[in-house]
Amino acid sequence: MTEPNDKSRRGFLGAAAVGAAGLGVAAIAPGLHLIEVSQASAPSQGASSKVRWGMLIDTTKCASGCDACVKACNTENGINEVLKDPRQASQWIRKIDLKDPKSGIAHSLPMMCQHCEHPPCVDVCPTGASMKRADGIVLVDRHTCIGCRYCMLACPYKARSFVHMTLTEQNPEVPRGQGCVESCTFCVQRVDKGQIPACVEACANAEHNAMLFGDLNDLNSAIAQRVAQVKTTQVRADLKLNVGVRYQGI
Amino acid sequence: MVRLLALMAFLIMGAVASLAAHAAGVPKPVIKIENPGQCIAATEDMRVNHMNMLGHQRDRSLRQGIRGEKANLNGCINCHASKTTGSVIGKDGFCESCHTYTAVKVDCWQCHQPKAGYKAAGIKP
Ligand code: SF4
Ligand code: SF4
Repeated sequence: MTEPNDKSRRGFLGAAAVGAAGLGVAAIAPGLHLIEVSQASAPSQGASSKVRWGMLIDTTKCASGCDACVKACNTENGINEVLKDPRQASQWIRKIDLKDPKSGIAHSLPMMCQHCEHPPCVDVCPTGASMKRADGIVLVDRHTCIGCRYCMLACPYKARSFVHMTLTEQNPEVPRGQGCVESCTFCVQRVDKGQIPACVEACANAEHNAMLFGDLNDLNSAIAQRVAQVKTTQVRADLKLNVGVRYQGI
Repeated sequence: MVRLLALMAFLIMGAVASLAAHAAGVPKPVIKIENPGQCIAATEDMRVNHMNMLGHQRDRSLRQGIRGEKANLNGCINCHASKTTGSVIGKDGFCESCHTYTAVKVDCWQCHQPKAGYKAAGIKP
């Protein structure tokens, strides 16, 4: 975490001068401006540890060949660069088709960062850039990420991508650029506004309704009730990461 | 005495000339306020402290999820983007012009979008 030193000499001298002027209110010599406190609306409270954001994916409803969620993710998060080597392209979410060779039963499902409660990506990060918010959303702080890609190796779900080229077409609300690692953010810029992730919205718009987003800790939420009623699976539950993304029907 | 005066005059003229040349050699930054109005703090304060305001805010915003603070980069961009280029960077851009003058490199634009209200598109997967 980068917290610049507040107690700089300049700040100290400034504070001393204001103190000398008598509490630093209104009556200050001409030419010295008092800072008007902006009347803009108060900042939000921030992420709460009472909340645990999670997602439930119903693989029986997810349609093979449909990629509405992936497209919506790319648009929302400004993933629009075309790489010479497509293997290097950023994948915040991808579609996976599974088939059991014996029974022939097939599943289609989206896979993305599982927002682990005990995220290995955070454990291994040497700089503290990989971090988990109080509400369970796992993010990369690009201000601190050095692009070592250790987290990409540590993640059991292959959820992270490295940005290989200079970008200029970012969404103003989703900064991303060359040399940093990135992954699904649960559309944190939307969630903080009270909206649902773009993929979940797109899935509903495509009338598949295979994705459900909500607060796993809120017993009245649709997701918590479904998780309490139907059998859901955590992918690689043996790793005991207690992931936030659950699957139904696999 | 006359010689001394002449020498002094010569030196002073030289100094003035070199000062003038110096002033002409360093073009002042172009500061265009495209959307005049109330900034979040006085100009003097913004000039000295904008980087600290944004540095603290970005940590609270990213790590604690506190949104809608007074100081935020998109807020700066929305007011200060050029009406012709739509951006705060490029020649005479609000950010770039001063930062070029003071030779302070900013890395913000490696990740942040410098254009106000830019609508990003996605690619087909
Ligand atoms: S799925 Fe991978 S990237 Fe996401 S929190 Fe878990 S380890 Fe980290
Ligand atoms: S690539 Fe960035 S986020 Fe990942 S481990 Fe290295 S510094 Fe941390």
